[in-house]
Amino acid sequence: MTIALNSTAPLPRRRSAPRGAGFEPVFEGVCFAAATALLASLGGVVVSLMVGGWPALTRFGFGFLTTSTWDPVKEVYGAAGPIVGTLITSALALILALPVAGGVAFFLVELCPAFLRRTIGTAVELLAGIPSIVYGMWGLFVFAPFFSQHVELPLMSAAPPGSLLESLTQGVPNGSGILAASIILAIMILPFIAATLRELLTAVPPQVRESAYGLGATMGEVAMKVTLPYVRRGAIGAVMLGLGRALGETMAVTFIIGNSHDLPKGLFASGSTIASTIANEFTEATSPLHTASLIALGLVLFAITFTVLALARLMLRQPARL
Amino acid sequence: MLKTILAAGAGLAAALACTAALAATISGAGATFPAPVYAKWAETYKARSGLLLNYQAIGSGGGIKQIEAKTVDFGASDKPLKPDVLAANGLMQFPTVVGGVVPVVNLPGIAPGAIRLSGAVLADIYRGVRTFWDDPAIKVINPRVKLPHARITVVHRSDGSGTSFLFTSYLALKAPHWAKEVGANDAVSWPVGVGGKGNDGVAAMVKQTPGAIGYVEYAYAKQNRMIYALMQNRAGGWVAPTAENFAAAAAGAKWQAAPGFYLLLLDQPGGKSWPITGATFILMHQKQANAQNAHDVLAFFDWAYKNGNPAAQQLDYVPLPEPVKALIRKSWLKIVGPNGQPVYR
Amino acid sequence: MAVSPARIARRRIGNALFMGACVAVTVLALAALAAILWSLVSQGLAGMNLAVFTRSTPAPGSSGGLANAIVGSIMLGLAAMAMAVVVGILAGTWLAEYAGESRYGSAVRFLNDVLLSAPSILVGLFVYEILVAPFGGFSGIAGAVALALLAAPIITRTTEDVLRLQATSLRESGIALGAPAWRVIGRILWRSGASGIVTGALLAFARISGETAPLLFTALNNQFFSLDMRGPMANLPVVIYQFALSAYDDWRRLAWAGALIIAVSVLGVTVLARVLARERKRV
Repeated sequence: MTIALNSTAPLPRRRSAPRGAGFEPVFEGVCFAAATALLASLGGVVVSLMVGGWPALTRFGFGFLTTSTWDPVKEVYGAAGPIVGTLITSALALILALPVAGGVAFFLVELCPAFLRRTIGTAVELLAGIPSIVYGMWGLFVFAPFFSQHVELPLMSAAPPGSLLESLTQGVPNGSGILAASIILAIMILPFIAATLRELLTAVPPQVRESAYGLGATMGEVAMKVTLPYVRRGAIGAVMLGLGRALGETMAVTFIIGNSHDLPKGLFASGSTIASTIANEFTEATSPLHTASLIALGLVLFAITFTVLALARLMLRQPARL
Repeated sequence: MLKTILAAGAGLAAALACTAALAATISGAGATFPAPVYAKWAETYKARSGLLLNYQAIGSGGGIKQIEAKTVDFGASDKPLKPDVLAANGLMQFPTVVGGVVPVVNLPGIAPGAIRLSGAVLADIYRGVRTFWDDPAIKVINPRVKLPHARITVVHRSDGSGTSFLFTSYLALKAPHWAKEVGANDAVSWPVGVGGKGNDGVAAMVKQTPGAIGYVEYAYAKQNRMIYALMQNRAGGWVAPTAENFAAAAAGAKWQAAPGFYLLLLDQPGGKSWPITGATFILMHQKQANAQNAHDVLAFFDWAYKNGNPAAQQLDYVPLPEPVKALIRKSWLKIVGPNGQPVYR
Repeated sequence: MAVSPARIARRRIGNALFMGACVAVTVLALAALAAILWSLVSQGLAGMNLAVFTRSTPAPGSSGGLANAIVGSIMLGLAAMAMAVVVGILAGTWLAEYAGESRYGSAVRFLNDVLLSAPSILVGLFVYEILVAPFGGFSGIAGAVALALLAAPIITRTTEDVLRLQATSLRESGIALGAPAWRVIGRILWRSGASGIVTGALLAFARISGETAPLLFTALNNQFFSLDMRGPMANLPVVIYQFALSAYDDWRRLAWAGALIIAVSVLGVTVLARVLARERKRV
């Protein structure tokens, strides 16, 4: 500030900090508190699961994870069936959804005529807005009969005895079971993965693609060898989010998975997932051990989800191979 | 502009959050089986008396949990509690309506009521011991029916339910093997079969799978026009699952001899009694802290006993016989308020 | 120097297969959508009439609608969003502006993602343990808290992403004018990122609109019309869950109608979010 040398006005008081700086620590503190509150609520979820599931964990120990008997009458609870069911259905759902989501994303970004792009894009995202209970109801009443007639029965009768196909297609061909539930799950997680992949692909700088085209690559080669590796990190993140969604899905799965606590013997056999078991039995469970076992199941599910996300983080941390 | 919206929203939220319910409310929670009839009664009762009875079907287990925690005014359970459990928690229970569990099948060419099943055969089917429809044990009780050489697909409930409790209790009664291997509970470790979610899920699975057998509440069998089986009752006759036959089972039962009304209407005497029948129960604390609340609850059920029969029958439930209702009213004298006096006469 | 014609032909075929596959799977996805929508719309419209919006849930055999469930869902959603937006924006701001590369910041970021992907049924169980069991009853407040716990991580994430995208020059110009950090954030960054933050809030709202499991253990349901959030509140997802699995036709029709309402509102909110995002890009 310039001060005239002969002015008689009082010197302005020098401020060593911007006006309102006193509020700064308060604001930062409030923001920090909010972030910590999120952390604390997650911690609260874990703690309440551990406290609730403690009686079951101490009673059954590590065997809880490996036994497949689930008998509310004899009060023996083993989580192997739901755990295996959760892992298989989620993995299958991912295997089914990933190529489709990738194809849809590439289609929308590269192949789709501009006037159709918004409609088809919104249509795919519409799949995400349908309540999961509708997936369950549709799955049981519409998809299951179709699946049984046109897929399960033909496959089962066509499988030569003793072959791999026969052992894979064991089960009751009524349209429910592990594979049917996986397909419904795949349809559910498809829009999330497709939407994220599409955004990632759109964000790829044009120079990257142009340079590949300039070298004479075909569209397919540009897609698979240039843009996809470019967005690999974000793509893995999208996949992991889809997987997380599949692991925790309750309503869509519980209608159509057949709900048997044994280890599934084939793709058409009944199984169960952790989320569907909890949803099915929690409100009816009277004995404390039954309730505790269900909460312990929830803790296992949380541990699986946590591991998947931690793995995703780890993979993203590795330096990108250029 | 944004600020105005936010302020208005906050004001509205605050106002709404502070609004008390518009009328006196009593709350109950529990069994899903009687939820429709309780809802119907509550609706009519509200028009008549202004009292809101909010019943939520969270499952019998949930109902028992909630009433033990005193988070509701009454609990509802399809599974009656044993007298010692009642005493330990200071609860008393009474039945409200009766329903039946019906075995349903999916066999082409077989009309409803054309096939017969006995308790022993049913237990063997559900144990996975008898796996084909033309098994000799099934053929011998169905001499005039052409049974195909088809595999039996067993369908059971995947979720815990009073229907399963009644069904497995009946199987345990009729088949010692079942009692030993599997037992009776609202959720058991089923030896074989696929699980459907809810009565609806079981009905759908049976309808979609040729050669399937399942068990559902009477209302579902009737509404879905399913192929039901006749069953043999204690008197030896083959009876159909109808409202009259459920009522016959309830009428033939010895309620007076049952402390705490702990009675499963399985295999009851009487020529027309349906063997897999059961009542659904209300649980209340014997010592009530709020006498007015308890009075309102009992007044509601008294009204329902007097006026609710037509509504119940319309929804495919079976009302209790009058003598049983009189017994129940007498038992209400056990529910006392803080001053030790019965809350309802 | 010349590439063999066989190789070129192979690449062309591969390209054609790739494009064909992309089109085929898109058709497959659209076919699945069409099949589900067909069931939803045909069954939902069959049960739709004016009474659905004006009358409360009936007992079977009586006529009624979904008014109490719709109002309840709106109230629960708004209450949940109020809590989630406040916590989410503040937490996202902390992550973007104050956390930097600190280890605590990375931990919060990671655990936020975990909470984001946590199965909603577990969150419902948690809120049951802390807000229902101790206080002796189901309540709309517990339901709103459960939903807020599901929505907040989404808002945190999008707020952090949006704030990070803001040009550093914006911050610098604010500081150069002598504003403290909180003023820079409040007056400049939040304003410039407003549409992105609102988009995140809308997406979070869409996510919690269809959640059933957490509400089953917290807000439960109410047969009658009630605005009292201290007691059980009617809401669409739980009503659908109960009615869809019943034996009564009129209840099932209402269930499908309710499902259609949820789907339409989620679609509306998503479209609104996209329109806002486009506005932002145009500016």
